[in-house]
Amino acid sequence: MTDLPNNPDLAGPRARLEASPAGRGYWRSLDELASTPEFRELMEREFPRQAIGWSDDENLADGRRNFLKLMGASLALAGLAACTRQPAEHIVPYARQPEELIPGRPLFYATATTLHGVASGVLVESHEGRPTKIEGNPEHPATLGACDSFSQASVLQLYDPDRTQAVKFQGEIRSWGMFFSALREALEAQKTKNGAGIRILTETVTSPTVADQLRRIQQLFPAMKWHQWEPAGPHSARAGALMAFGEPVHAYYDLAAANVVVAIDSDFLASGPASLRYARQFSARRRVRGGDTSMNRLYAVEPLPTPTGSKADHRLALRAADIEIFAGALAAAIGTARGPREGENHDIYKWVGAIASDLLRNKGASLVIAGEHQPPAVHALAHAINHTLGNVGKTVFYTDPIEANPVDQAASLDDLVKDLDAGAVDLLLVLGGNPVFGAPVEIGMRGRIQKARMRVHLSLYDDETSAVCQWRLPEAHYLETWGDARAFDGTVTIQQPLIQPLYGGRSACEVLQMLTEQPEMTGREIVGTYWAGRRSGSSPRDFEAWWRRAVHDGVVADTALPPKTPTLHGENISVRARAPRLGGKLEVIFRPDPAVYDGRFANNGWLQELPRPVTKLTWDNAAIVSPATAHYLGVKTGDMLQLTYQGRSLRAPAWVQPGHADGAATLHLGYGRTRAGRAGTGVGFNPYLLRTSKALWHDTGLDARRVSGAYEFASTQSDHTLDARRHIFRAGDIEDYRKNPESVHAGAEEPPRGLTLYPEWKYEGHAWGMAIDLTACMGCGACVTACQAENNIAVVGKDQVRRGRAMHWLRVDSYYKGEPGQPEIHNQPVPCMQCENAPCELVCPVQATNHSSEGLNDMVYNRCVGTRYCSNNCPYKVRRFNFYLFSDYETPSLKLLHNPDVTVRSRGVMEKCTYCVQRINAAKIDAEKQDRKVRDGEIQTACQATCPAEAIVFGDINDPASRVSKMKAEKSNYGMLADLNTRPRTTYLAELRNPNPEIEE
Amino acid sequence: MADDTQLADPPRDVIAPGYTFGSITDQIAAVVLTKRTPVFWMACFSVGFGLLLLFLWAVAMLLAKGVGIWGIRTPVMWGFAITNFVWWIGIGHAGTLISAILLLLNQRWRNSINRFAEAMTLFAVACAGMFPLLHLGRPWLFYWLFPLPNSMGVMPNFRSPLVWDVFAVSTYATVSLLFWYVGLMPDLATLRDRAGNRIARLVYGVMALGWRGSARHWSVYETASLLLAGLATPLVLSVHTVVSFDFTIAIVPGWHSTFFPPYFVAGAIYSGFAMVLALAIPVRSVYGLQGLITGKHLENAAKVMLATGLIVAYAYILETFTAWYSGDVFEQAAIWHRMTGPYAFSYWALITCNILLPQALWFKRVRTSPVALFISSIFVLVGMWLERYVIIVSSLAQDFMNSSWGIFHATRWDWATYLGTIGMFLFLFFLFIRLLPMISIFEVRTLLPQAKVEKESRP
Repeated sequence: MTDLPNNPDLAGPRARLEASPAGRGYWRSLDELASTPEFRELMEREFPRQAIGWSDDENLADGRRNFLKLMGASLALAGLAACTRQPAEHIVPYARQPEELIPGRPLFYATATTLHGVASGVLVESHEGRPTKIEGNPEHPATLGACDSFSQASVLQLYDPDRTQAVKFQGEIRSWGMFFSALREALEAQKTKNGAGIRILTETVTSPTVADQLRRIQQLFPAMKWHQWEPAGPHSARAGALMAFGEPVHAYYDLAAANVVVAIDSDFLASGPASLRYARQFSARRRVRGGDTSMNRLYAVEPLPTPTGSKADHRLALRAADIEIFAGALAAAIGTARGPREGENHDIYKWVGAIASDLLRNKGASLVIAGEHQPPAVHALAHAINHTLGNVGKTVFYTDPIEANPVDQAASLDDLVKDLDAGAVDLLLVLGGNPVFGAPVEIGMRGRIQKARMRVHLSLYDDETSAVCQWRLPEAHYLETWGDARAFDGTVTIQQPLIQPLYGGRSACEVLQMLTEQPEMTGREIVGTYWAGRRSGSSPRDFEAWWRRAVHDGVVADTALPPKTPTLHGENISVRARAPRLGGKLEVIFRPDPAVYDGRFANNGWLQELPRPVTKLTWDNAAIVSPATAHYLGVKTGDMLQLTYQGRSLRAPAWVQPGHADGAATLHLGYGRTRAGRAGTGVGFNPYLLRTSKALWHDTGLDARRVSGAYEFASTQSDHTLDARRHIFRAGDIEDYRKNPESVHAGAEEPPRGLTLYPEWKYEGHAWGMAIDLTACMGCGACVTACQAENNIAVVGKDQVRRGRAMHWLRVDSYYKGEPGQPEIHNQPVPCMQCENAPCELVCPVQATNHSSEGLNDMVYNRCVGTRYCSNNCPYKVRRFNFYLFSDYETPSLKLLHNPDVTVRSRGVMEKCTYCVQRINAAKIDAEKQDRKVRDGEIQTACQATCPAEAIVFGDINDPASRVSKMKAEKSNYGMLADLNTRPRTTYLAELRNPNPEIEE
Repeated sequence: MADDTQLADPPRDVIAPGYTFGSITDQIAAVVLTKRTPVFWMACFSVGFGLLLLFLWAVAMLLAKGVGIWGIRTPVMWGFAITNFVWWIGIGHAGTLISAILLLLNQRWRNSINRFAEAMTLFAVACAGMFPLLHLGRPWLFYWLFPLPNSMGVMPNFRSPLVWDVFAVSTYATVSLLFWYVGLMPDLATLRDRAGNRIARLVYGVMALGWRGSARHWSVYETASLLLAGLATPLVLSVHTVVSFDFTIAIVPGWHSTFFPPYFVAGAIYSGFAMVLALAIPVRSVYGLQGLITGKHLENAAKVMLATGLIVAYAYILETFTAWYSGDVFEQAAIWHRMTGPYAFSYWALITCNILLPQALWFKRVRTSPVALFISSIFVLVGMWLERYVIIVSSLAQDFMNSSWGIFHATRWDWATYLGTIGMFLFLFFLFIRLLPMISIFEVRTLLPQAKVEKESRP
């Protein structure tokens, strides 16, 4: 220590400390202390100057002594830090119990996830400060208490050990303070140029705070430019609204008021910012209970089977380009536009007349939805048709854009590229997103971006874009930071952090603040100041109350944008008269992947392993083609294809998908990442390499030919045949059901209950049961992810999925009925049936699986020795076995992720759905403490809570008034494989459809 | 065969003419007591030992990593391990059948083959016993299947066929061991008396438990072996019946049927006799024991094979018929998939090996040709393995929920474990023929005409 004053590296900071007014240095952070050049120098080098005493030109002994001294100095510095007072907000000692926190009981906080900027309100379950599970926020208009897989899996993303963990400059670790200094330096240089060299590239922004920050930065640097690029954003919807109305207009729908819905290549039930709400409204209109047998009707026209298509009463598989023709013909049939109502491809027109008359019969109660991936003209047509049908203000609502700046993003990106080429970009801030991976291929973003002098990338992961930026900043996850965002109708949610940033990350908000004149503000200050400014009229106390309410509720009251009625300019709408000819080639269709989306979730094991709707494919994308196209190409699933489009070419494995449009190949984006992390790197192939800004979603001219090679897919279901004789999945038309409700069960048998030598067991107290409405389920898979999050279900990886070892307790089976070209598609979620006569219990030699007095089929992990006999004897095959040590016991961050109420299973143990027994017990304990019975609906299983369509209902079947009892009393109720006399507690309501009698199939 | 004339006058074809008490003892004991080891033995032993090492390696991997190294999956949770278990247990049936049932039925031709058939049984049961243990997800907890008192008061589930298995197999192994050892004692004493080496004398002496051949010893011995035979006889039927319960108690289509017990017992004896032939034919020619294990033995074994093979064939036909007659869509689908599905090759291979090819045994020329018998016994062994494989794997792969169907593919560790137990079997068997008399000396001596004279002279 005595040597320290002589040490040049440490003298500076010490001097600063001693020079501070109180004599005892109060400093908020090491960064502040370190903001002297000497200290920065000390920190910048991996070993400070003295440590280089190992080199040859210095006395060896001397060098080593210096090194030891330096070690001592580091310790001294640590001691210094310990002597100063830490900010109290960082340490919450459990000696004094934090408000509302009872160890062992989770707390729920409202916040919002965003996908292309648009908020979905969620409630986050927090166990002793660790967020572990995401639920929907019932008060939020977009989620209504439901949740999708992306939100569910975001909690895994939070703890992902592959996230960027430090600020880096050209690969070397730096501090935020050093970045800030570098940034200020760069900004100083820009001051003279009015910021002409500054470019900010973001994803779509709806956040009022960020928009405000950008406005203020623009004022500081008037020549600065803000660009937005979102690879899978609603580009066509934006342009379509502009075409139809001449102004940027945002549209959303009310499915509750729609009797007839036409989805024109729109997966409105399972993708898009309001899909959860739409799914809830849509399924409510299809719920057949008791005498109420009214149903809405859905027509879907789409190239690739989607959850929406699987729910359609009539689904037409058309190539993406033909759908534009279909939309034109429909508009013509309705009288919205003039155009051909018949053409050479009869398939396009065959239902147009029937659909049009159905729509016309339901004026004001119908809805035509154009999909995000259809060209602007189709969107404009849909607006026009809805206008003609008088749906505006009834099922369709228009507002001002929810985006802060609804620009044409492709043009915005082009603009940036031009400036890059001109060498005009001195400072490029890429805030979120991964443009090097996701920008149109012809731009060659990887090379172009490097023309910017100083490149900064704020990102959750060290990804493809980070690789070409000097400064890589760790982004704070939305669960770690303050922020705000708008939902589909403009409603604002203030995002609140659930945990301190795990890796010192900062939000886009905080980084943008560094460009302003108050760079030191924290996230809470930034968001709080903005909203205080918005409510400048109210007193600080009122604001505090308002703020607490807004943050607590997860919605800011009265922020939904008011509906407006824009004027339709029908004359601007022009559609192609006929689809381009294929000419021996195929149509290429790009779609965001249902699980990894545009690639942003590529390193998320839950999403990678989530069986995709309908295909049940995991860990891969594929060139998805129809059976007829596969026959034409001479390929089967797993054969390799050489795909060539506009001179660019790619090798991709073929996947033959019944129900896909002929003559087209769908490629899911988001795969082929080269720097995603352990889970996502090198998985699948990268369709972005074929995707140009001219054809973001589809185009003809894809040349596909078979090449040698085979590919192994990992799909969780190999046989999709709907074998009517097995009576596993029961379905019927609503007309037949009205005449005879038993018609859905025709041919099925169930042994009479008296057919046993033993007396019937009486379930006293509770008897838990579940009913699943197959009419509601669309197979989106949110329940699967919710179950995975709730029950600590391990991710096993592609190889193990391929070997049939996926661990999901709940699976969603898909079945195809009818001819392979245009099959009916059915979805069936299969959790444990909790049989009263459970075949698994009988055969376990060690009594590891037993029946509870409430009828649960319990699994005692500790007792299980792993004979796997129970799984063999389970007719439903819902049991899952730990063939290896699948659970991660090692990674520290993932330990935080686990639900503390659920055992983490070890190797060699069987596991299965428990009806979320931990939730049952928590509710029972609560009820017992309050000396009351468990209320109906008090217990929601994870799958039930997340289901947007409310397909799953759980409750006490001993209570005749419970929702589940009422569902089980429906005529359409049936037990799967009940002929085995297993007496399943999980039962299904047969799927009912409402086909148009005018359409003969 | 069982008529009185044979008993009164041992047929020449059960033992070659010209043998005396002394020459029988000389020939059998010489195999053990010689210092020269035949190349054949060295070769077979090396193969066995090599495969045993493979087995140890596979087991080490298994314990280190878990049963995931095998090809098992959802829904085929049982694969090679249980197939091998049932196969080995089946092979283990011939020994007890020969020693116990044929003893009670007074089939004296059994005397020259019962010793090694019993040894074979023991080793086969040892191999079989490995699998239920190794196939567990947590094999170190295997003892939880026993009704051991514990502080939790948890007992095994006595409704589970796997618990019945534990009792059936462990009882069978114990009785087989006792029976074999009791039968060995007089011959161990003979070896003790003939061994030139002090250590050998000591070891054989200790193992002979003081056998001196007194009339009292013989009287006690006869009683004991009859009692053990009486105990072992029901076991021959019960063990494989219980093993078949593993399948019949389950509700899996293709498993759940009432005729599995007789079908499995017949199949077990079928494969057991095939293994007896597969071992006896090469061993007797290498050691020149054609005089003791004669064509008559081989032919009798072939006849048993033919008979049990026909029972097995009947079971296959009945299985198909029952599935059709039941009208049960799942049963019908199970049999149909078995015949035409992904395991069709295995199914038709097993039909060929178990039913079609063994029909050659109707011809006396085949039954009297050791080479033809050896080949057909190998086919039967392969066929019987395939039978268990098809029953277990094909039924599980495609059962009720077609959405969960999945195909089992064996991994190299499956094969390594299977071949490894064959290695263990060969290792133990060849150790046995080198160290212990593979043919019962004293029992073969009773087959001699001289023995008959003595016997008749008794009151």
